[in-house]
Amino acid sequence: MVTTMQEIDWQPSATMATLRERARLLAEVRAFFVERSVLEVETPVLGHGGSTDVHLASLSLEASTPAGCERLWLQTSPEFHMKRLLAAGSGPIFQLARSFRDGEVGGRHNIEFTMLEWYRPGFSLDELIEETATLIRQVLGRDPGPLRRRRYRELFREMLGFDPFSIEFDTLSRIAGERGGLDMRDAGRDDCLDLLMSLVIEPTLGHEGVDVVVDYPASQAALARRHRDPEDGEWVASRFEVYLAGLELANGYDELTDVGEQAARFDEDNLARQRLGLPQVDVDRRLLAALAHGMPAGSGVALGIDRLIQLALGRASVAEVMAFATPGA
Amino acid sequence: MANYSTNEFKGGLKVMLDGDPCAIVENEFVKPGKGQAFNRVKLRNLITGRVWERTFKSGESLEGADVVDLEMEYLYNDGDMWHFMKTDGSFEQYAVEKKALGDTVKWLKEQVAYTVTLWNDNAISVTPPNFIELEVVETDPGLKGDTAQGGSKPATLSSGAVVRVPLFINQGEVLKVDTRSGEYVSRA
Repeated sequence: MVTTMQEIDWQPSATMATLRERARLLAEVRAFFVERSVLEVETPVLGHGGSTDVHLASLSLEASTPAGCERLWLQTSPEFHMKRLLAAGSGPIFQLARSFRDGEVGGRHNIEFTMLEWYRPGFSLDELIEETATLIRQVLGRDPGPLRRRRYRELFREMLGFDPFSIEFDTLSRIAGERGGLDMRDAGRDDCLDLLMSLVIEPTLGHEGVDVVVDYPASQAALARRHRDPEDGEWVASRFEVYLAGLELANGYDELTDVGEQAARFDEDNLARQRLGLPQVDVDRRLLAALAHGMPAGSGVALGIDRLIQLALGRASVAEVMAFATPGA
Repeated sequence: MANYSTNEFKGGLKVMLDGDPCAIVENEFVKPGKGQAFNRVKLRNLITGRVWERTFKSGESLEGADVVDLEMEYLYNDGDMWHFMKTDGSFEQYAVEKKALGDTVKWLKEQVAYTVTLWNDNAISVTPPNFIELEVVETDPGLKGDTAQGGSKPATLSSGAVVRVPLFINQGEVLKVDTRSGEYVSRA
């Protein structure tokens, strides 16, 4: 069968009115940071290192470079390059960065998307939470309600009736399996917690205000520091996630600056990848070198700006606020 | 059959689940902040018609189901089975059980083409055309002075279906009916 030109859907996934609104909101984001003397930067989309995170699928390609044919990685977020700028003495920086995550397609996801990421040397996690909420309110153009800090383990206790840190694995996997209608007996502990977070807890968050989840399990620290939970001395991740209208909007860290710890986490990730039959990812050695040189302590956050624009404009999916979402790109 | 991974689950894809052929209705990708990705999938069981909601780890796969939709003309009922014939000129016939026919039994008319769904070459369901023309075999006589507006009455059609029709419709008339809603559309 021959496809005729008339049958090819070439139209944008957003209306022109939406794209004008999007441009206005992005200008507002830039003004927000200019006002606070945070420098706008642009870092590469292609890098020699990729994200080793087990739950992120990186895209890579072969490129002809001065060093010959090299594998380069499409960045899953601008984090590594921005941290190298911090180590080089940039001071506070922000970026609206194209980021790529393979396989992530749906109402809230697109393989290629725009990440608003910013770093605040010297900021505590609490200060950054406040700033993030202020930015969200400004872009939304309305008051979404009060900011509430919700501890990860308290959410599980409230909504599922158990403590996620001390529950026995057999019970946890049974509850997760029942809730999701699948077999979780061979899954990892974090996978069970992730499933319950996605299916049971997330949909309830951010409906009466901006909900900020803090004190994640230490095993879910990614590139955040860890601290002791004052309740019982259990290690937790110094990390936060912002939820609004059931959507996860932002993920912030008290940034890990210890090069040894960072190198160990990259290696652990690649070992876990090997165990799970996932491809190995080239570790960003330049980031490690920058950390070895010294990166100022502080906090950073990555915010899915497409989702925030979607909420601000009352659209049903991220595709509706993108000129061309991946299926029609 | 081929295997399909969660990212290939699109509306209409036919897969096997718990031994039954199913059609994907909806597939939602869910992923908490930094964690494992899942797909929330709604599937319609093609045998029972029931909709199931299941969660899969992203990247998991299901075996495809050998399900095809074919256009076939209704021929006759032998008292036990209903017989249909392919409209592709092959004259190939299929016998359909009552269970597979389901509600479509009340929309059957000879020589009309239906969509017959086959799984491993066995008929598992029959879908009528959206609109069908059927004769009124029984209805109360129309009242004098009725206009097109207001009032309706039941009418039994030649296929056995009972639909609400305007008061001016008489026995013996042929009507156009929407099989999805079971509603009268117009005189044919």
